[in-house]
Amino acid sequence: MFNYGYFSFASKADLLKKAAEFWNPGKVQFWTEAGTPMVIDRREGYFLYDMSGKRLIDLHLNGGTYNFGHRHPELVEVMKAGLDYFDMGNHWFPSVARAAFSEKLVKSAPHMKYAIFGAGGAEAVEIALKTARYATKRRKIVSIIKGYHGHSGLSVATGDERFSKIFLADRPDEFVHVPFNDADALEAVLKKGDVAAFIVETIPATYGFPMPKEGYLKTCQDLCHKYGARFIADEVQTGLMRTGVMWGWQGYGLTPDIFVCGKGLGGGLYPISACLTTAECGGWLIEDGAAHISTSGGAELGCLIGHHVMEMLERPEVISNVHFVAEFFAKGMAEMMARHSDIFVGVRQRGVVLGLEFDHPEGAVAVSRALYENGVWAIFSSLDKRVLQFKPGVVLDVDLCQEILDRFDAAMPRARQLLKGMRRAA
Amino acid sequence: MSAHEAMDAPRLKVPDRALSRARMKVNRAAWAARYYRNFSRPAVLRIAEAIARAGEEKAAHFAEMAVEETGFGVVEHKAIKNRACTHELLDFYRDLDLVTPRVDPARKMVELPKPAGVVFAIAPATNPVATVYYKAMLAVLSRNAIVMSPHPAARHVSVAAAEHLARAAEAAGAPSGLIQCVEEPSIPLVQDIMASDRINVIIATGGTAMVRAAYSSGNPALGVGPGNALAYVDPSAKVDAAARCLVESKSFDNSILCTNESVCLTLESNRGNMERALRSAGAHICKQADTDRLRDYLFTDHGFNVAAIGKSAAWIAERAGIRVSPSVKVLVPVVEKPGQDDLLFREKLCPVLTLTAAVDFRQALTFAKHTARRGAGHSAAFHGQDRARLLAFSQEMPVYRVVVNVPCSQGAAGFGTYLPPSFTIGTGFAGRSSVGENVGPQHLVHWTRIAYARDAAEDLSDLDPAAIATVTDAGAPVPTGILPEEAPPVPAAAAERPEISRELLRQLILEELRSLRRGDE
Ligand SMILES: Cc1ncc(COP(=O)(O)O)c(C=O)c1O
Repeated sequence: MFNYGYFSFASKADLLKKAAEFWNPGKVQFWTEAGTPMVIDRREGYFLYDMSGKRLIDLHLNGGTYNFGHRHPELVEVMKAGLDYFDMGNHWFPSVARAAFSEKLVKSAPHMKYAIFGAGGAEAVEIALKTARYATKRRKIVSIIKGYHGHSGLSVATGDERFSKIFLADRPDEFVHVPFNDADALEAVLKKGDVAAFIVETIPATYGFPMPKEGYLKTCQDLCHKYGARFIADEVQTGLMRTGVMWGWQGYGLTPDIFVCGKGLGGGLYPISACLTTAECGGWLIEDGAAHISTSGGAELGCLIGHHVMEMLERPEVISNVHFVAEFFAKGMAEMMARHSDIFVGVRQRGVVLGLEFDHPEGAVAVSRALYENGVWAIFSSLDKRVLQFKPGVVLDVDLCQEILDRFDAAMPRARQLLKGMRRAA
Repeated sequence: MSAHEAMDAPRLKVPDRALSRARMKVNRAAWAARYYRNFSRPAVLRIAEAIARAGEEKAAHFAEMAVEETGFGVVEHKAIKNRACTHELLDFYRDLDLVTPRVDPARKMVELPKPAGVVFAIAPATNPVATVYYKAMLAVLSRNAIVMSPHPAARHVSVAAAEHLARAAEAAGAPSGLIQCVEEPSIPLVQDIMASDRINVIIATGGTAMVRAAYSSGNPALGVGPGNALAYVDPSAKVDAAARCLVESKSFDNSILCTNESVCLTLESNRGNMERALRSAGAHICKQADTDRLRDYLFTDHGFNVAAIGKSAAWIAERAGIRVSPSVKVLVPVVEKPGQDDLLFREKLCPVLTLTAAVDFRQALTFAKHTARRGAGHSAAFHGQDRARLLAFSQEMPVYRVVVNVPCSQGAAGFGTYLPPSFTIGTGFAGRSSVGENVGPQHLVHWTRIAYARDAAEDLSDLDPAAIATVTDAGAPVPTGILPEEAPPVPAAAAERPEISRELLRQLILEELRSLRRGDE
């Protein structure tokens, strides 16, 4: 019996049945068939516990949402302290938490002027795209093929058509897609002089973290400026120290006109996202401050947590830990690749953002399953299933990192077996 | 106006940031230890040399800072102590190889050194910089990482000294995070870290409460308690030489070392001689009224007057209302009968040395033993030529070092004697400690011993110790625990490795017990 006080379920099977009935039959079916039928029950640190009691080390982190692990004690303390004083607040008015948090964010990116809040990544992207349109008085938005910026009205149109067509939300006349790592293709579009912005994830997560070619992002930024467009960095997965620096663009020598962050900004406890903009783009905040409204965007509890997340990420001990974790997996994965070169063929890495390539079009699905069976949860890249997203948290300790590597190694024979089966079926 | 505004206290509760940061320092140290444990002996010595050099360079600077921050001690003497914990300390341990495996063909054994990992060290306010230098050197030589928690009264200088050494160590190739110091120490922080399952051993130097807390933490600890050294001056001693030793020892850094003599005990027949000799060595011998004044000043209702710690004799005399020459080095209150209850027989971290005399050697021994119980396991000094009495004294005294005809402050801490130079003086079983020696790097390493049968045909003489070790200069990670490639997937039960969390362990045990009970039904 799973009695949660507010609701209860007789068993995991009972839960799955109800979830399929009332919530989302497609997702329930998908994970069951994938062999990773996880229903997260308890969660603590970098551990997840399935309803069956099985423990999993979380290397998915929901894209960095659990950068600090689950229910980090210090963040929980902040959240509880916040609940003794704040609530969501009233988005109409200035507030202490919003003022303090926006200042903290802007100070982390000194060429920026304002921070505008949303509740989720897609909303921040929405604000970014609207801001660019305001600044340029142009409509067209360019993004990369297989880019991912969320599923709201404008953001979903920047992404893969799998997610837009089904809702008739694709808008080919206003949203143009160009190949990643191809600056010429971008220039060909920009040249027409009607582009408001080029939006790109600093390292495209859902596409399996392909690394930008040397100079590619800087060239894109320069091209945007050359043709009067704005350069938007989507830092939802690459921000918050995940690439070894606070914001991914810092590591590439960029100065985006606008950038967005979300996920881990709320410490995994309270949803909050932000769009940072230069003074030049953010003019609408003076012209009509209420032009964009969001009741839950910038909720004060979220601002309090976000403020503390930023503070924690700025601590020298945390920064040093990120580097240790990054270094460990750089060396560890090189070794793993040498040992399992028949299936494990490539590592893409920057900081604690890793994409592991396997030699099969759906290789990462099999590896994800093999890892799951060995107590590790890491997800494949939705838009490139050869690549496993491998996302260690920023405060992982040495023993757990070693355990992850040991479990990874132990999972490879099983992955090999699953892949063999897939090849035979094919 | 609300209560908040009136007090300007935070309106929200704020987590203990210093504690969080300290926990992350321990994490960093664990990373550093992981790499450093595989460093080669030349690489270790290179780092040790580097911190010795760096420490030496700033010994005087930090001595000044320490006196300024704490108000304890004498700058020149602190500089000497700081320096003593650089090259001199390194030279003492240079040939003690804690890195290379040992092969003993005769006993058919191979021994592999295994560093503790993360050392958590508590440093006192009295010798802040010397302790930082000393403990960092011990950690470096034993291939451990160290996180130090300084005394709050000495935190600035301790942090500065630790950072200085850390930079030097890193520049010499040490992993980052090998030497760290907590910036904002507090009692809850120290208690939390001491009880943490992320540290591997505690070295606690400090007050009794701190040392007991270290031993109660559940972690292995090398805790050493306070001292209350007694110097016995036998009639066979050269009184002038003995008096010079005592004055030198008591005036050294204003008696801030826990090895300083608290009581000078002689025989009645010798007392007049001793008073004269002490006077000519620069001490002020107190008359009854001055002795009472001094007692009243030094011992308050709350115990020893902390204001007097590490202050000069002249400073203390003025506060106590005693007229002395400004050049006086030591104050000597005289308690004629060696009773047990006089407060002046207790530890005094200031240049005040209580003089008393026994009727005969028997009574002297009895009194000495009782005095040493306050400060058990620590140190004592013997002045004289009579070896039989020296041995009897040493046999009876509940201390683990007796220095002969030397200043005890320095001698028991290994300066000017062959005792290991140390700022952590093991007080052993008598002092409720696990270590009775002057603590050294060897205490931070355990050895895995490979043992063959006595009659095994095995010949180990061709085994090259250097070749056994998986040494890497750069400290590249040597992934361990990798399962062989063809090993079947770890079965679920085995894959669930025991967690480090004690709480979980407890839960697991409870669950197991419950399941056993169910089995019974
Ligand atoms: C790069 C990137 N941008 C935007 C989003 C959208 O964020 P949200 O799901 O919070 O709307 C995501 C989510 O995965 C993302 O990975």
